Amino acid sequence: MRTLSLQAFLAAATIAFGLSTASAVDITGAGATFPFPIYAKWAEAYKAKTGVGMNYQSIGSGGGIAQIKAKTVDFGASDMPLKAEDLQTAGLMQFPAIIGGVVPIVNLEGVAPGAIKFTGPVLADIYLGKIKTWNDKAIADLNPGLKLPSDLITVVRRSDGSGTTFLWTDYLSKVSPEWKEKVGASTAVAWPEGVGGKGNEGVAAYVQRIKGSIGYVEYAYAKKNKMSYGSVQNKDGQFVQPEDDAFQAAAAGADWKGTPGFGAILTNQPGKASWPITGASFILMHAKQEKPQSGAEVLKFFDWALKNGQKMASELDYVPLPAPLVTQIEDAWKSQLKDGGGKALWN
Amino acid sequence: MPIDAAAAALGSAMTAESPPRTRRQSAPPESPRASGAWGDWVFERTTLFFALLVLALLAGILISLGISSAPALEKFGIGFFFTNVWDPVKLNFGGLAPIYGTLVTSAIALVIGVPVSFGIALFLTEMCPVVLKRPLGTAVELLAAIPSIIYGIWGLFIFAPLFGDYVQPLLTQTLGHIPIIGALFQGAPNGIGIFTAGFILSIMIIPFIASVMRDVFEIVPPVLKESAYGIGCTTWEVVANVVLPYTKVGVIGGIMLGLGRALGETMAVTFVIGNAYRISPALFNPGNSIASALANEFNEAADPVHRASLISLGLVLFLLTFIVLACSRLLIAQLARGEGRST
Repeated sequence: MRTLSLQAFLAAATIAFGLSTASAVDITGAGATFPFPIYAKWAEAYKAKTGVGMNYQSIGSGGGIAQIKAKTVDFGASDMPLKAEDLQTAGLMQFPAIIGGVVPIVNLEGVAPGAIKFTGPVLADIYLGKIKTWNDKAIADLNPGLKLPSDLITVVRRSDGSGTTFLWTDYLSKVSPEWKEKVGASTAVAWPEGVGGKGNEGVAAYVQRIKGSIGYVEYAYAKKNKMSYGSVQNKDGQFVQPEDDAFQAAAAGADWKGTPGFGAILTNQPGKASWPITGASFILMHAKQEKPQSGAEVLKFFDWALKNGQKMASELDYVPLPAPLVTQIEDAWKSQLKDGGGKALWN
Repeated sequence: MPIDAAAAALGSAMTAESPPRTRRQSAPPESPRASGAWGDWVFERTTLFFALLVLALLAGILISLGISSAPALEKFGIGFFFTNVWDPVKLNFGGLAPIYGTLVTSAIALVIGVPVSFGIALFLTEMCPVVLKRPLGTAVELLAAIPSIIYGIWGLFIFAPLFGDYVQPLLTQTLGHIPIIGALFQGAPNGIGIFTAGFILSIMIIPFIASVMRDVFEIVPPVLKESAYGIGCTTWEVVANVVLPYTKVGVIGGIMLGLGRALGETMAVTFVIGNAYRISPALFNPGNSIASALANEFNEAADPVHRASLISLGLVLFLLTFIVLACSRLLIAQLARGEGRST
């Protein structure tokens, strides 16, 4: 009797174990919040097609980096690229997965969306608190046709750490030496001015509410909410409107190959049509995979997403990666990702 | 956590009032069966275990906060609590601004919340027509059940615009001209800042304080009040000389309960405080609080020093709550000692 029940138990355990391994092919990722909507959409479509689920937790880039280092997830995601030496020490491989842009938004009565023009240095001076009113000469000179009020400028920025802030401050650092020296670029900085809203929605709410305010949000967010955005002068001296083509142009002009870990930051890119505040969101994987099976599943997922997910990305106002870049990324998978025995994971 | 602590203070305050109870009073008198004694023993040990679990949990939280905040405290020393700098790029941190913001918003909440709660409780127990008593009491309790994010959203979208457009300019033009106090009522009129956060907090803590006050006012023996009325006291005299002295311990417990909630409140404050690491006397300027700094930055704090600095702030909040609790205990002990001497 006793042996029988033991056998029954073993059988049950085997079945249970078998089931758990069967469902373990689901891949897990964690990190940046900015790309979460598109990763979730890709995951849904991929599951419908292949039956393999992808479970992504948008816990923030910092959390994503910590989780992949601790090997609790199959891949991490970060809005701010890791430096080559950091990748080296942590044994990680990095590639971009999606591109987005950041746009300045304003609340000015009588100013149509896209009508107001900014240059990088003017934006930096506003955020440094050096330009205090809307009819300041620096802004008026750029916008001769606009009737600008004498209102005080209320600067609005993110209060939470965010990839959006990283792109914004990185751009300001590139165009303003003073900004670079005093503030610098990161997902959160020591802001000299302004009020902080939590998330894109927080910034948008403040800007919509406070007359004479300026803020910055993700392009997708500004577009969906029909925010009154401004155009920005790019590196080639052109004033560009934030549009899909402008983000594409910035991505196409980037030197992906020459930057280790594809860590190119797309702010202030050359090119007549380039939107100057563009950036990619990155995926992090261990170069040496302890569980090659799930590592390969992750690659299959992103292979599918990067080649078939462009339309879904555009629908959500993200910018898909240019085709040549996808080829380069897959080449890097071949050369950099290995299983425990040193065999290439992707071929 | 703060609420629990304050509730504990309140609980002990209430027992201090009631006559001393013997330990075994609630147990059935001498159970005839041996199994009953065993049951008692098991029951006692189980409840003891649960009670000790709370202590262990508290110690565990304190220790883990201490360990995780060590990198920041080693780097910045005691100066961390007294400097106002928050630079995640250069990794230079000092928590004075959020500590200041936490204390100031909580103080505003109490300054507004306590008198209003007192009024509500007083009206409900002493003056309210019976028909209104139940609906009003329920309404106050319902306020307590609203999730804090709702208060935050309401504060940001409804209250802040109205406050910024109408009330704030008015206050700046009137109270703003008074010397010294006037400095408090300055700042850009956009409805976001320390004062708005304190105001929202006061609305959030009113139901807590008011319902505790109402409950303790109701336990005043009617014979005491009736005797006071009988010798010709006015309602106010009855409240000031009979009700309040009789219930002061419970009233303080209720206020501490509210203060505990105000200190630790996160989402509602984050929405309206402006989230700027700034210390200024003007209450209409944006500021920051410990809880909202944690909510904002923890996700993306990738650097160990940044993370440790945030955890240090958490430790400060923990200690602040502890100090508040200790103070309320001291106050209650003081009052208990003075019992019987005056009046």
